[in-house]
Amino acid sequence: MKDEKSVASARLTLAERAELLVIGAGPAGLSAAITAAEAGMQVVLVDENPVPFEVMGDDVPLHFGQGASGVARNSAAMLEAIIESEPLIERAFEAGVDLRLGVAAWGLYANGPEMRWLPGAVAGLTDGAQGWMLGADHVIVASGRRDMGLAFPGWERPGVMGATAAVTLARRYQALAPRRVVLIGTGAEALLAARELMACGVEIAAIVEQASAPVGPPALAAEVASLLSSTGGEMLCGHVPRGVAGGEAVTGLTAAPVAGGAVREIACDGVILGVGVTPVVDLLGAMGCDLAFQAERGGYAPLLGPSGRTSVASVHAVGDCAGIWPKKSADRAIAEAEGARAAAAILTETGRAAPSLPEPELPGPPALDLSAYRTAWMRAAVIDAPCGAHVCQCEEVTAREILELRPPRYLGWAPPEGTNDERSLARLLGEGPPNPDQVKRLTRAGMGPCQGRRCREQVAALLALQSGETLAQIPLAGYRAPVRPLPLAIAAQIPEVEEMRAHWEVWFGIPSQWRPWWEHPGHYTSAGRERGAQVNSE
Amino acid sequence: MQINDPDTPRGADVVIIGGGVTGLSAGWWLAQSGVDVMVLEAGLVAFGASGRNGGGCTHFQSPLFKEEQRLWPMMDELLGHPTEFCRGRLRIATDDAQMALYGTSQPTMRRLGYACEQLDAAQIRELAPLAGDAAHGGYFYDVGGHANPHRTAQGYAWALQDHGGRIAQHCRVTGFVVEGGQVRAVQTSRGEISCQKVVIAAGPQTGALAAMLGASVPMVTARAEMIVTEPAPLMPLTGVDGNGLYGRQTLRGNLAYGGGMHEWLGDPEPGEAPRPGPPSSPLMAHIGRRLMEILPKAAHLRIIRSWAGKIENTPDGAPVIDWLPGCDNALVATMSSVGFGLSPASGHAIRDLVIDGTCSFADLSTFRLARFDRLEPDWREMQGWTPLIQGAA
Repeated sequence: MKDEKSVASARLTLAERAELLVIGAGPAGLSAAITAAEAGMQVVLVDENPVPFEVMGDDVPLHFGQGASGVARNSAAMLEAIIESEPLIERAFEAGVDLRLGVAAWGLYANGPEMRWLPGAVAGLTDGAQGWMLGADHVIVASGRRDMGLAFPGWERPGVMGATAAVTLARRYQALAPRRVVLIGTGAEALLAARELMACGVEIAAIVEQASAPVGPPALAAEVASLLSSTGGEMLCGHVPRGVAGGEAVTGLTAAPVAGGAVREIACDGVILGVGVTPVVDLLGAMGCDLAFQAERGGYAPLLGPSGRTSVASVHAVGDCAGIWPKKSADRAIAEAEGARAAAAILTETGRAAPSLPEPELPGPPALDLSAYRTAWMRAAVIDAPCGAHVCQCEEVTAREILELRPPRYLGWAPPEGTNDERSLARLLGEGPPNPDQVKRLTRAGMGPCQGRRCREQVAALLALQSGETLAQIPLAGYRAPVRPLPLAIAAQIPEVEEMRAHWEVWFGIPSQWRPWWEHPGHYTSAGRERGAQVNSE
Repeated sequence: MQINDPDTPRGADVVIIGGGVTGLSAGWWLAQSGVDVMVLEAGLVAFGASGRNGGGCTHFQSPLFKEEQRLWPMMDELLGHPTEFCRGRLRIATDDAQMALYGTSQPTMRRLGYACEQLDAAQIRELAPLAGDAAHGGYFYDVGGHANPHRTAQGYAWALQDHGGRIAQHCRVTGFVVEGGQVRAVQTSRGEISCQKVVIAAGPQTGALAAMLGASVPMVTARAEMIVTEPAPLMPLTGVDGNGLYGRQTLRGNLAYGGGMHEWLGDPEPGEAPRPGPPSSPLMAHIGRRLMEILPKAAHLRIIRSWAGKIENTPDGAPVIDWLPGCDNALVATMSSVGFGLSPASGHAIRDLVIDGTCSFADLSTFRLARFDRLEPDWREMQGWTPLIQGAA
């Protein structure tokens, strides 16, 4: 007997299949695709870049902060810029990789204990006009990194953007609008971004750090400090950003000493947030791969077996999404080696001749206490700020509202007289760590169209500060498909097969569930149950 | 709440297993009546289906519906927290067949004395401008409505604490101490908690927990899915669905909808803490298509999340709220996949049964467990409520 209203009637329409799908055409993804294609595999490689200008305006996939110049409106030029900036792309074409730029993977799915109806691993793809599903025997995710936000007053202003976004605009597209910037943060990735930006001709007026000295690798810090002073810039340690000057455009940043004292006005036309980078694990998380906080990998990252295998058998993770550490950030050969090794493992598994490659190097113990550093920034720049900025820009939620679990302001809620208004996180906790998803449900922080890309790490740091836990103790707010905002009209293009249309139900389609209670018989048997009729599920 | 706190008694008069809306509402009702109550939750409150549903409050097939409708407009005040309850519901039909099907509810509505108005396309556009020209027709119920599950569930939790009740999260039940046909204590991952009475309202775990007490509460768990879009301007009526969907426009403006194929799952491990959230599937796209069919002016809106919830169903899809046979101080409560909207009333019913032995406001005879006395042992197979074989799809 089959329940026709269940997924027993469901069938997903795949537009195409690939032996190997690689998501992300950075060094790791390209290297994986080339290795597999050169050994004869049928490889599809997708990368969402260049994203359309309007989508960049929504900070997808990086915190661009409206910092892209007019060049970014020209999608053909952007496409060309990607191809020119990355020598491996030419090699991928030569190897026969089916490389598609401007195609985003918004979902990745695989069967598991709680889902069995799929025809294997599938990915949801879109090019901005069409949406479709691709089935894959194997998937290598190389979805890269993004920047942590920092809700200092004024951070929502155009021209305030993430370091990865700034370097991408400057290096890959020559489309970074600001020419004289202040960089916030001195970790390894921030210092590398500073070096990159200066190499691209961007003037760095100052680097602001809340700690008393740069926190990145000493040699790199010294190199950047010397570059900085040779161009008239300064390293401002023990300072935090307190505000942004200017009208439509940024004209300056106010920096204040953490210890108190005279503030500094620094003229600039952009502010670059470099307080932290994080692996982009959205697709992996949404599909149910096991993730864990791994300080040596830069925060929440997939738990990996040999060759980058994730907990989902057909899926590997390589490059920055598998872990970010200073040496890897400085040397793309490590990400390339990860990609090639994962591809080789898949080749071996599928009975093909694979190049003999060593396991890529693993991260050492972390040199920086990620939890202490990020929470210190949140305390100094956000909590201690005299006026509260919106940590969640989409839903306009401040740090105070997050910590006090306030219902959203648009509800205009005031607790009735006499009710106990101590509805705090502490009262919610019991004996467990605070959960960002619980906070999201009650305050809407992280619920907006940017899907938490700008506030996720900040909310975690706030909860860590409040509960006295480290970031490792704060659960990861869940990732959900679509991991990129997907118009209904594009989702609707994925065909619904006739079996599904015919048996589609509001709810389970159990006739007796919707019979008014006075019509229920005294006894129920499966043999005697009502069947066949169409059910008016409510 | 710290149950390991030495100052806290290691027990309660009534222990409720399950921190979903049913258990929390029951706990709130009991605490209001001065009962010493403790809710045990394996994970976090409302992290199962109670926090993953569409927020519908229009279940007039239930004997609890009248009480539900009496209570919802007062819930903000009673809980001291905004539930976002909005009255009224519009079901949009896209063709004659749907119109005819939705019309079959009319006799029930009439008998209960509720107004149900048939609307044409122009009237629908007025209430739901996003419907544009798509509506074929529809029905407007000036009753029922929807609320925000997250805020409501948390409201129950805080309100029960206000009345002196206790909640222990991250507390898994591992067994029971039974003496003389009565549960004397609940064994948990955090120690033994003595009780005078126990209420099992643990969603998909309810059957396994009842089995520990030697009772059969037939049920199967399934996964169902929902989507939500970015906000749109608020429509004059937010309780709008139809075309095989349930859902609402939230007061923030997002369109939150679900429907379509469910997936039957295997039994959960006894005491298993809920996973961070079961995976959702590409069913998302089909829900999106159907939403666009009834609200075509929302076609440009972007889906920003999809999610899944796990819910249990009894063989006939009706609730069980009854004492367990052979264990006469253990009450079992499952709402059979339709629990959120009815929760103000289901909690009241449980309170009445626990304190007074009988429900003061409704006839709960259809919720009796004895209706399954003649149920076939292989009923799951007979109804096709069995998990797919892995990889066979």
